[in-house]
Parts: sequence; structure tokens; C-alpha cells
Amino acid sequence: MLKKRNKQEPEIPTSSMADITFLLLLFFLVTTTIDVDTGIGLVLPPPPDETQQVKVKTENLLKVLVNASGEVLLDDELTSVSEIHEIVKNKVRENEKLIISVKVDRQTPYRIYISTLDEIKQAYQDLREEYSLKTFNTTLNQLTKEQLADVRDKVPQKISIAEPEQR
Amino acid sequence: MKFKKKQASTKQNIPTSSMPDIIFMLLMFFMVATVLREYDVKVSYQLPSAKQLEKIDNKRLTSYIWVGRDERVQIDDNIVLIPEIQQIAARKRQEIPNVIMSLRIDEGAKMGVVTDIQQQLRKGDALRINYSALQKL
Repeated sequence: MLKKRNKQEPEIPTSSMADITFLLLLFFLVTTTIDVDTGIGLVLPPPPDETQQVKVKTENLLKVLVNASGEVLLDDELTSVSEIHEIVKNKVRENEKLIISVKVDRQTPYRIYISTLDEIKQAYQDLREEYSLKTFNTTLNQLTKEQLADVRDKVPQKISIAEPEQR
Repeated sequence: MKFKKKQASTKQNIPTSSMPDIIFMLLMFFMVATVLREYDVKVSYQLPSAKQLEKIDNKRLTSYIWVGRDERVQIDDNIVLIPEIQQIAARKRQEIPNVIMSLRIDEGAKMGVVTDIQQQLRKGDALRINYSALQKL
């Protein structure tokens, strides 16, 4: 005689699945650090023996010399770090081909070097803002990607880190 | 008068069957966002601050160089000497062709050591660098 077996659907218990995933989730939550690195980007020139020396006309070169105590010599004029911004802006406005050459003393604290670079970057930022207002009638952060690329192309940052002196 | 407690006719329990899916989604996000390799920094440093900062979102491309207050240099997990940087930079460049060297230098360090590191990086052909800095308020 055939007995009708009570057929039961095989089932995997899924109620604990949430707990297991929670555990994994917690692990990744704890190990994740979502801090983006911020800083001042720069591209170094290739090694000195490979590059052909490019002659730059002296009128197209703005020398920024910084000494150990944070005094700045901008084209033979003594200024301070906080004034670089305005002076560089005006000079670049007068001469578009201007290349800014930064040279620092070996004894200069890193802090001063960074603020010098920051000041120069700010000058360029202001110029880009001006250009953007003039051509696109909007501020920089409202431009589209193509417009931003155009601004970057038209107002390039020309910062050169001078060869250090031999000791 | 008789007061009768009103009760909604709907079921009162929250459906939990989709909970694992939601958690899985969160899990996926964190798994993708995590970079497991963390370094043990052996030098003490205080980053300088600046206004015009750029962001590096791609952590996988960056490679760090720490310079402490006492001007010791650390790359990965080792304290290295300055002349060794060239080789390390060249190796990194081979592993990741568009590597960004992120320089985390103490704000009080002298520029001499920074220039030396830069010269080594140039010789090692790792030219994209980034001076790590904090946002100035």
C-alpha cells in the first residue's frame, strides 16, 4: 500500500542571513576610511640631463626667491608671502607668457614654501575666475567640464620649480 | 457607556524579508570603498595648511612619502635613506605607471630635505607629486 507522504518543501532558513550580513557590514564599516587626500598637485620636470635647456626671455620670467626667514624677493623687490598673490596676479595680467619660477633656500621651512605655492595658485585661480566671468558669464564652479577645460587651457598655470643650487 | 479600543485591521509587523537585501547593498558599498592596506606611520608630522587644494579621489594611484619633524623619511612601512628613494620611486612607477607620489611633510621640515627628495623622484621618473595639505579656514 502506498502511503501518501506528506511532501515538505525543503527550505533554507534565511532569518539569520540578516545577522550574518550585518556582521560583515560592521567589519567593513570599521575598516573603511573615506578621507580623500587633499593637497597641492605639481608635476616635476624630467631629470636635468634629459631635458634640453629651454631659454626663456628674462622679461617672461618672474623670479620668486624665498629665504629662510620667509622674506620674499619678487623680481628684486622685497615683499612678504601674503603679498605675492596680488603682485603675481597683476604681473600675469600684464604679460600672459609669464613663467613663475620659485626658488627657495635649503633652510626655508616647508610651511613657507607651501604658502608661497598656495599664493601663486590663488593668483591663477582669481585670473581664471575673471576669464570665466568675462567669457561665460558664470563663476568657475558653475562651468561645464568643457568650459572648465577651455578656461584651464586659456589661463594655464606656469609654475616652475627652479633647479636647486649645488651644495 | 462602553469604550472599545480601536484597532487597525492591518497586520502590525514590519516585513523584514527584504532586510538582508538592503544590508547587502550597504555591504557592497563599503566593500568597494575600502582600501585595506593601511600604513603604520613611524614619523610624527603636522601637515601645513593651504587654500587652493586639489583632491585625489583615487587612492589606488597614490603612494605616500612621509617626512617627520626630525626629517626622517618613511616610504611604505620602512624608514629609508634619501639616496634609496630613486630606486623605490622607479619600482613604484613600474607597478603603477601613473603613480601620484603624495608627500606628507611636516610643516616645520627644512626645504633642503624636500628638494633632495624631489631630485630623487625626478631621477626615478615619478614626476606626479602632490604636497599633502589641510584646508585653511
